[in-house]
Amino acid sequence: MFARTSAAVFLPQCGQVRNMATLKDITIRLKSIKNIQKITKSMKMVAAAKYSRAERSLKPARVYGTGALALYEKAEIKAPEDKNKHLIIGVSSDRGLCGAIHSSVAKAIKSEIGKLSGAGKEVMVVNIGDKLRALLYRTHGKHILLNCKEVGRKPPTFTDASIIATELLNSGYEFDQGSIVYNRFRSVISYKTDEKPLYSMDTVASSENMGIYDDIDADVLRNYQEFALVNIIYFGLKESTTSEQSARMTAMDSASKNASEMIDKLTLTFNRTRQAVITKELIEIISGAAAL
Amino acid sequence: MFAARFLLRRAAPALRHARSYADAPSAQMSFTFASPTEVFFKEASVKQIDVPTLTGAFGILPAHVPTLQVLRPGVVTVFNDDGSSKKYFVSSGSVTVNADSSVQLLAEEAFPLESLDVAAAKANLEKAQSELVSASDEATRAEVLISIEANEAIVKALE
Repeated sequence: MFARTSAAVFLPQCGQVRNMATLKDITIRLKSIKNIQKITKSMKMVAAAKYSRAERSLKPARVYGTGALALYEKAEIKAPEDKNKHLIIGVSSDRGLCGAIHSSVAKAIKSEIGKLSGAGKEVMVVNIGDKLRALLYRTHGKHILLNCKEVGRKPPTFTDASIIATELLNSGYEFDQGSIVYNRFRSVISYKTDEKPLYSMDTVASSENMGIYDDIDADVLRNYQEFALVNIIYFGLKESTTSEQSARMTAMDSASKNASEMIDKLTLTFNRTRQAVITKELIEIISGAAAL
Repeated sequence: MFAARFLLRRAAPALRHARSYADAPSAQMSFTFASPTEVFFKEASVKQIDVPTLTGAFGILPAHVPTLQVLRPGVVTVFNDDGSSKKYFVSSGSVTVNADSSVQLLAEEAFPLESLDVAAAKANLEKAQSELVSASDEATRAEVLISIEANEAIVKALE
């Protein structure tokens, strides 16, 4: 009984395994890779068009953003070390296929959360973009305050930034200080994950250098801070979009290049296989005729 | 002895420098005026800027005392070094004057006055005023009041 079953299993497998695929298999593979190459090429061109538009609108946005941050730099506002409530705004988008854009922001946020939680502070995160949410919610789900969707389809506007800021201010989380993590655009082929500070109204009001600023009452300062928050979010959104489009362009470009390399190799294999099949048929015919 | 005289000569100009209030660097103001979509002035040197703020309109000259203000809808006038002036309409925003005499004027929306149409502004104003009568809850009322204030400012600026 034992011998019968083992004999039945063993026989068929050894004889039919071929290392070289048949012509049919190679043709199917070649067709699918050619389709993929067409898709990645067109995605690259779309990303290039979006990138040039984003870069053009980044120039005024950069001046605007640096102007908004100028107060904090010139007045050298520093948050006191003993404050406990932190906020991190992570800027990414909904769409993938753009290289390491989302993962680099998630990595920076995760290390920041680890550092702050280790020091005993409370951290909450605002996710702008679905991809970031997917990367963070499983391990750091309890730190997530807000999620923003539908980011990345259209170029970001000041209205988008103000909606995000309004939701953040209405959420009731009174943060003392925070930072916005975004991808700063350096050039077509390079971007860097950067962090810019955010301060709450109390931190700014009690900072030592604020005394030199004349004629400020609480109402004016609150309006000013809310406006500055929107400006900083807008700046982060614009820089991130430009970095994302340029990263998608390079990713799709290298994908198209890889695809064309594979097509070349497969075409060579295809031709060799075709010649081998023809040679085999010829040999069969010749040896058959010689046998007669 | 020679060294002492040398030191004395060196010391005197330093004393004079310490006593003066407005130093040369702050006679120039570095003016940045931008909206999210357009940059009008980037670290430019201008003579004076008139801004409309929530606490009133005031003019900023170089070496103005540092301050932070929030803008209200109105006209910003920029006086260049050569005496010419340009007017812009701003909807809202903030202005920061720093200790080193740099001014950042960030407007949510800003347009040169020439590009605004007074007839359209008047029509919008009438529409907003009629909406005020029919506005029901606080949020809509606040929005309509803002719209009225902005349109009134546009009409006043263009007349």
